[in-house]
Amino acid sequence: MRKARVCVLRTAGTNCDQETAFAFSKVDAQVELVHINRLIERKKALLDYDILAIPGGFTYGDDVAAGKILANELRFKLKEDLKRFIQRGKLIIGICNGFQVLVKSGLLPGQDDFKQEASLIINDSARFEDRWVYLKNFSNKCIWTRNLPEIIYLPVAHGEGKFVVKDKATLIRLNKNGQIVFRYSDEKGKLKSYPYNPNGSQDNIAGICDETGRIFGLMPHPERHIDFLQHPHWIKRKNKEGDGLQIFKNGIEYARLYL
Amino acid sequence: MFLWRIEVKDKPGIFDAIGEGIKKDILDLGINTVWDVRFVQVYNIKGELTEEQAKRICEELLVDRITQDYYLNPNHNLKNAPNNFIIEVAYNPGVMDPVEDSVLKGIRDLGIDSVTSVKTAKKYIIKGKLSPHQLRIISEKLLYNKLIQHIVKSRFRESSLLFGTEPRYQFKLITLDLLNASDKELMRISKEGQLFLNLFEMRAIKDYFKRLKRNPTDCELETIAQTWSEHCIHKTFKGRILYQERLKDAKLLVKTRSSFYINNLLKSTIMKVTQQLKKPWCVSVFKDNSGIIRFDKRYNICFKVETHNHPSALEPFGGANTGIGGVIRDPLGTGLGAKPIFNTDVFCFGPPDYPFYKLPKGILHPKRIMKGVVSGVRDYGNKMGIPTVNGAVLFHERFVGNPLVYCGTVGILPKEKSFKKPKVGDLIVLVGGRTGRDGIHGATFSSGELTHESERISSGAVQIGNPIQEKKMLDVILAARDIHLYNAITDCGGGGLSSAVGEMGKDLGVKVDLEKVPLKYEGLSYTEIWISESQERMILSVPPKNIDRLIKLFKDENVEATVIGEFTNTKRLKLYYQGNLVCDLKMSFLHKGLPKRTKKAIFIQPKFKEPGFACPDDLTDYLFKLLSNYNICSKEWVIRQYDHEVQGGSVLKPLVGINNDGPSDAAIVRPILDSKKGVIVSCGINFRFGFIDPYWMAGSCIDEALRQIIAVGGSLKEVALLDNFCWGNPDKPDRLGSLVRAAYGCYDIAKGFGVPFISGKDSLNNEFKLKNKTIAIPGTLLISAIAVMEDVTKAISMYLKTPGDLIYIVGMTYPELGGSHYYELFGKMGNNVPKVDVNLAKKIFSALNKASSLGLIKAMHDCSEGGMAVTCAEMAFSGNLGMEIFLKEVPFISKSPIPDSRSQKRDDFILFSESNSRFIVEVERKKQKEFERILKGIPFGLIGCVSPKKDFRVYGLNGKICINANIKDLKVAWQRPLRW
Repeated sequence: MRKARVCVLRTAGTNCDQETAFAFSKVDAQVELVHINRLIERKKALLDYDILAIPGGFTYGDDVAAGKILANELRFKLKEDLKRFIQRGKLIIGICNGFQVLVKSGLLPGQDDFKQEASLIINDSARFEDRWVYLKNFSNKCIWTRNLPEIIYLPVAHGEGKFVVKDKATLIRLNKNGQIVFRYSDEKGKLKSYPYNPNGSQDNIAGICDETGRIFGLMPHPERHIDFLQHPHWIKRKNKEGDGLQIFKNGIEYARLYL
Repeated sequence: MFLWRIEVKDKPGIFDAIGEGIKKDILDLGINTVWDVRFVQVYNIKGELTEEQAKRICEELLVDRITQDYYLNPNHNLKNAPNNFIIEVAYNPGVMDPVEDSVLKGIRDLGIDSVTSVKTAKKYIIKGKLSPHQLRIISEKLLYNKLIQHIVKSRFRESSLLFGTEPRYQFKLITLDLLNASDKELMRISKEGQLFLNLFEMRAIKDYFKRLKRNPTDCELETIAQTWSEHCIHKTFKGRILYQERLKDAKLLVKTRSSFYINNLLKSTIMKVTQQLKKPWCVSVFKDNSGIIRFDKRYNICFKVETHNHPSALEPFGGANTGIGGVIRDPLGTGLGAKPIFNTDVFCFGPPDYPFYKLPKGILHPKRIMKGVVSGVRDYGNKMGIPTVNGAVLFHERFVGNPLVYCGTVGILPKEKSFKKPKVGDLIVLVGGRTGRDGIHGATFSSGELTHESERISSGAVQIGNPIQEKKMLDVILAARDIHLYNAITDCGGGGLSSAVGEMGKDLGVKVDLEKVPLKYEGLSYTEIWISESQERMILSVPPKNIDRLIKLFKDENVEATVIGEFTNTKRLKLYYQGNLVCDLKMSFLHKGLPKRTKKAIFIQPKFKEPGFACPDDLTDYLFKLLSNYNICSKEWVIRQYDHEVQGGSVLKPLVGINNDGPSDAAIVRPILDSKKGVIVSCGINFRFGFIDPYWMAGSCIDEALRQIIAVGGSLKEVALLDNFCWGNPDKPDRLGSLVRAAYGCYDIAKGFGVPFISGKDSLNNEFKLKNKTIAIPGTLLISAIAVMEDVTKAISMYLKTPGDLIYIVGMTYPELGGSHYYELFGKMGNNVPKVDVNLAKKIFSALNKASSLGLIKAMHDCSEGGMAVTCAEMAFSGNLGMEIFLKEVPFISKSPIPDSRSQKRDDFILFSESNSRFIVEVERKKQKEFERILKGIPFGLIGCVSPKKDFRVYGLNGKICINANIKDLKVAWQRPLRW
């Protein structure tokens, strides 16, 4: 059987590339870490891959605004490749900084052509915070979150993760389309404010997908919870697979079946 | 148009988190007449642009159209209107603007190539009733630091200030007349040049040049000063010391004589432990940029802890930022380069509630220093993608003028990459960031005392880091390492190129062409280039045949790599600038010519008054007070700001417990994600014990670091220690005396435990000079420990797990209240400082390790600051379970193992004594017998059980309740002080 091919994109300041690659390789994908310069120089072709993963980090220092400069690089230097990549039904996942890049490049929620409709801005607490959060799954559309329990537990670690949309109409549209994938909740699935909602996100939104369900972005880090030992209470719980692993499995499974 | 100003601000209705944060900080200053603060980001852009292009830069790059508005060349006045104050803060000329590079890249990505420079500023619009004095306080205390920033007064003057160009440098060889200099003149030369060289050293230099029959160039003198600085050569630790002890009991002498000479303190104590223990898993100790030990069949790990105290006192953010940036380059510069896998940080500050009126001139408030330092570590560590997993924060008045900032990094490297060797003919390649005037005299600056004028004189020593530059460099270096492109690597730290190149080539010879060094801006002299401490630079030794591949590899990821010279076989350091010889020194003189002097050291045992109060009946209040003590209380506010999970290897996190907010004893990290093998890291620090006896402070620090490893399920089989001594001026015999005594404590206790040191560092001269007195910090030893853990699934955490389980104390409690936090509540010190009974401790550690590897232990927490009462309370509220404790079951001996005064057995002494080598352990009832069998021959007591209720109850020796509290209240008391 052919292995799904994953491009984990990196550039100056990317820093979750290795563990993201590890998560994909754990579910039997063929993973490559690719510097964006190679794609721009055409030494590597985006279309050779089934999945584009934009990992966490602080690309270009998050100077100006988190993810902005890499988002522009995608918009201005790889636009045509990305369009074709998406047209062919391939998959994209953006985690943390990767989510910020997808939103700021307009790839998410993805209504208009590379036009930004939402943003991820500085946390209400005005500081970077690392904490574990409960996420409630709201989407039937997103192919990345199939077969997940209703509530999962993942860490967030960011300073600019407050999700906001352009206007009310956008929020209604996202809701109606089933594009809101994860909301921050408590352990029972009730939507609550800080610290459950760690950054003050509008409508507690933690992750969204595009209309096809194939492009997915989220602030929490599924790659940091693929193994039971990463759970903060593993000593008490013992031997359960990490909640995040299924997300990577889903991507690979989809690529295997349809790409 | 040539100059553009862009102001970016949040749209109405968007929560301005930065503005709100500052509003809160203003309230903290005691000013409650401000009702609104808005933040505006300013970009000053220089370049030939059309209006359309400028708008495009705003809309496509600088502005978030969803949440922000912008003004292009606004006509806003900087003048203040009534109740509406505008403060704009910009960087001083010559200070690197951390955002400039990225913005320039972003503009080029838009297809616009005509912008040459970008300078940012921050504008604050403050609405409220403020006097000019209050406004100045807000600006100075919160909004800017005059060392690196200024308040913009006039827009017009500002642009020439921001974009003013440096004059070109015209070469002129400078020599200093040493040959004809009197002693007085020698000292003048040393002082004016900020060389921090003493008379003996200046005379030795004069003699050297007398033999050469010429005067030195400025560059030669600077090179010697850098190489001979305390920072680089550690002359105190390696020099000769006449040491004297005056103690009340001869049994307490470190040797049998009360006075003796020490030829090299480092070799006689710290390094001697390692030498005598001869552990086969110690790979490289005390010679590289960090110490290396074995990890598994394929990898080794290395560890280094550094301090960055003086820069952090003056510019907390920049100081801590470059501190962590610098120590990350140590593992990266170890062997042929190690990948950093986690950071540690330990800070000592003045009390955060220190009154403003008591603050000496030229000193920042402790709370501001703390916030700045934490932000600095957060910024650099997080952006590098290195988890910060362990540390400590302590407070004392004597750190007000001179805080301590310890930063550590552990790296992993393939076994075969653990050694380096530059070869004759190798090219010297400078990689990473460009060289500027920043950080000049950092190494020598750290070798002097701080004064209120330090901020003026030594501002060049302060700088801001650029973590993304370092991350880019790190990524390529590891790639180059893996395809064997270079023979040696080292970092440019204190002393800059002078120290890095000089050190790497000391057995060979060096030739460098200084004009080849890429500069941030024009105008640097050859000497400035050579000694600049600009950050994010490393030196590689590259065989000529690999140079093209190496340079291409770096270019592929936008990192500069430049050949600046070569290693020769001349045994000389030769520097050229545009073909002119500007430095020609013999390596042997440079590295071995430092005159050895004998320093005097004396330790006189202090005698404190023993407190005479009776044991209070109800101790509940005292427990609350201890939990709220700054040294003991929760550091969650700090820890959460660090990414402690990046790289995915965290197994035991710094915050543990049912709500992830309890204090973990040590952290465990799995560097190889598909392996069960882990690294445990812990630290021991307690300067309070040093007030009484530095020897036992050292012993207690080692015991603390080791018992934390045991507490999380580790063993002493493969543990390595690092020592970091932060002390006062070593030329003062009392300061040096306590340092020597602490070093002997390190030797005895580490040797007793069979645990070697692999690396260390000292930072001396931590004193602050006021008009007529100097305040030295308390001599503070930090012991950091790393251990290799065979199987991380055996890890133990500290919080209570199940109601009904049994609670044990393991270890002996003595009335060792000297230096305790309990005595501090009464304003007392006492004399009976905690000792370490190494033989007993070893038995305890190994028994507990056996019990944890057999799965008999559900939770374990070590007893330290605040004694067993604090330990038990922390276990209870972190597990959200109650506890019942019976003090009569606690093994207690009224007489210490080392001769000391006898004291009675009392509830408060049992609860709050800080005796070493003790643990509180949770054990399931059905494992009771097995657990107790393992503890045979060791003092332990079954002291109580876990209760399903939320009460924390302690029954005193008389059977009556002496502590009765709700665990929620205990937790609030513990969390409140530093919940900012």
